[in-house]
Amino acid sequence: MKTFQFIIRDPVGIHARPAGLLVKRAAEFQSNITINGNGKSADAKKLLKLMGLGVRQGMEISCQVEGADEEAACQAMKKFFEDNL
Amino acid sequence: MEKYTGKSVLKGIAIGRIYWYQKQEYQVAQTKVQDTGAEKKRFAQAVETAQGQLSALYEEALVRAGEDHAMIFDIHKMMLEDDDYLDAVNHVLEEGFNAEYAVEMAQNQFAELFAAMDDEYMRARVADIKDISRRVIRILAGIPEDGILADEPVIVAADDLTPSETVKMDKNKILAFVTARGSSNSHTAILARSMNLPALVNTGLEAGESLNGKIGVVDGFHGEFLVEPEPELLDQMIHRKNQWVADLEALEQLKGKDNAASDGRRIDIFANIGKVEDAEAALEADAGGIGLFRSEFLYLGRDSFPTEEEQFSSYKAVLEKMGDKKVIIRTLDIGADKKVDYFCLEEEENPALGYRAIRICLDRPEIFITQLRAIFRASVYGRAAIMFPMIVSVNEIRRIKEIVGQVKKALSQEGYPIKEVELGIMIETPAAALISDRLAREVDFFSIGTNDLTQYTLAVDRQNQKLESTCDTHHPAILKLIQMTVENAHRAGIWAGICGELAADTDLTETFLSMGVDELSVSPSSVLKVRKAVRDL
Repeated sequence: MKTFQFIIRDPVGIHARPAGLLVKRAAEFQSNITINGNGKSADAKKLLKLMGLGVRQGMEISCQVEGADEEAACQAMKKFFEDNL
Repeated sequence: MEKYTGKSVLKGIAIGRIYWYQKQEYQVAQTKVQDTGAEKKRFAQAVETAQGQLSALYEEALVRAGEDHAMIFDIHKMMLEDDDYLDAVNHVLEEGFNAEYAVEMAQNQFAELFAAMDDEYMRARVADIKDISRRVIRILAGIPEDGILADEPVIVAADDLTPSETVKMDKNKILAFVTARGSSNSHTAILARSMNLPALVNTGLEAGESLNGKIGVVDGFHGEFLVEPEPELLDQMIHRKNQWVADLEALEQLKGKDNAASDGRRIDIFANIGKVEDAEAALEADAGGIGLFRSEFLYLGRDSFPTEEEQFSSYKAVLEKMGDKKVIIRTLDIGADKKVDYFCLEEEENPALGYRAIRICLDRPEIFITQLRAIFRASVYGRAAIMFPMIVSVNEIRRIKEIVGQVKKALSQEGYPIKEVELGIMIETPAAALISDRLAREVDFFSIGTNDLTQYTLAVDRQNQKLESTCDTHHPAILKLIQMTVENAHRAGIWAGICGELAADTDLTETFLSMGVDELSVSPSSVLKVRKAVRDL
């Protein structure tokens, strides 16, 4: 299992647009990808759950990746957060 | 006359008949079905049809409002593919209920989830959930889509509008939107803005159908919606509207035109912005660049220092947005008069003359270094320039350059690519103007901050209303200081601009051009107005 932490910089948090892009990116991998934040956790492949986290600017999330392609998936997620959130 | 006030989404005036947009109410019946398998199939087909409609809406919005706004329909498609949403529907279907009822139950479940969140943006997403669910229910029940049945362009009033209702409406038939509820964060508001229609949201409108056919006035400047105004008032509003339209059209014509007077003299006109989103308005107004990007927004309204990453992403966003246009970022300009508790600034008798701006940055370099690192790291994404506020001496610049050198060196060692960044200073103290010959040898440009320069030169507190008549912004002393600064800049081979309120004062445009000022930076809404003044010379 691979994990990383990230502090959200986007002023509106994980809002609809990046959440949508995140789901698309996560769906490219087999691994289970879980986002923990704001005291809740969500499957990164599920849009409504992800938006339902209510993660806002300044909050720290942790991302857990587990599965056959976890190395690549973790890299991709890290990059996604850095570029979009 | 009835009058409602709401939040204005776009400054503009619309006058016309009101059309009350009544959503077709249909009671979703709760029935038991015999064949749950067939009902599941019916639901799956409805979802497929809905996906097709959403793709079409996406294309439509793409053409009308651009990709950023069209994205919402892509999100809607993804919501309709969401496992949790589909599971919620299927769960009710499995209990033997009809598909319409199952969708409504799923809708309520997710709408409640978002409505309960302590975040205005997320609460606004309830409209999205309802929009997709209504779409599927309509398809299941064979109800045609709502539309506007009016022969002439109308002011559309409604309780609330979903994004798809807004984009679906024929723009040629709409003068303005007025909704009883909704927030300026809603996609309806965003779409209205991009369609360039005046819109008021959250007006608390209750009148409903009785409004139909009545004459209404939407005043986006004052956030007011007037229903059946008295004839004199209506005449006044018609006059104001015509004036507004004429001004707008005249200014629209100037987009893409050069800021050149008839005798060939020209000047750059840039925009002042205070947050990332304003860059859009600057581009929309055809500004040549950002002449002043106030960085205070990063520090205000929070309880800890913004991190390097947070700052980096804000600078990067603006630089990318502006492309090859210059973006001049002004470093932190905060003092005891602005409430930022975590800076732990002491109360001062005279904050304007106190511990503020560059004085804080040089005294507490860790704050300064974080900001400089973020700017230099973002520099590769566009054409960044930095300017430093409240300079009074050559020594301050030398100290700044020393720190900048350290920051650049550290970033290179850490492997960050950086670009060349112009370094300039604000001339906003009489001292800086008076020694501008010496300062000019140390920097790449000057930007004259006329607000503070006026206050410090005339010894007049700008906040004190009693002194308004003393606060003569055209005072010869100020104009003399500006002239001196520009001459000294040119003698040293650097450029000089003005970024205070005076830059937008069209009574002085001629004067500034004669002085040889190279750039004026004004609010996005004044860019075209100043361009007009230049071209009229």
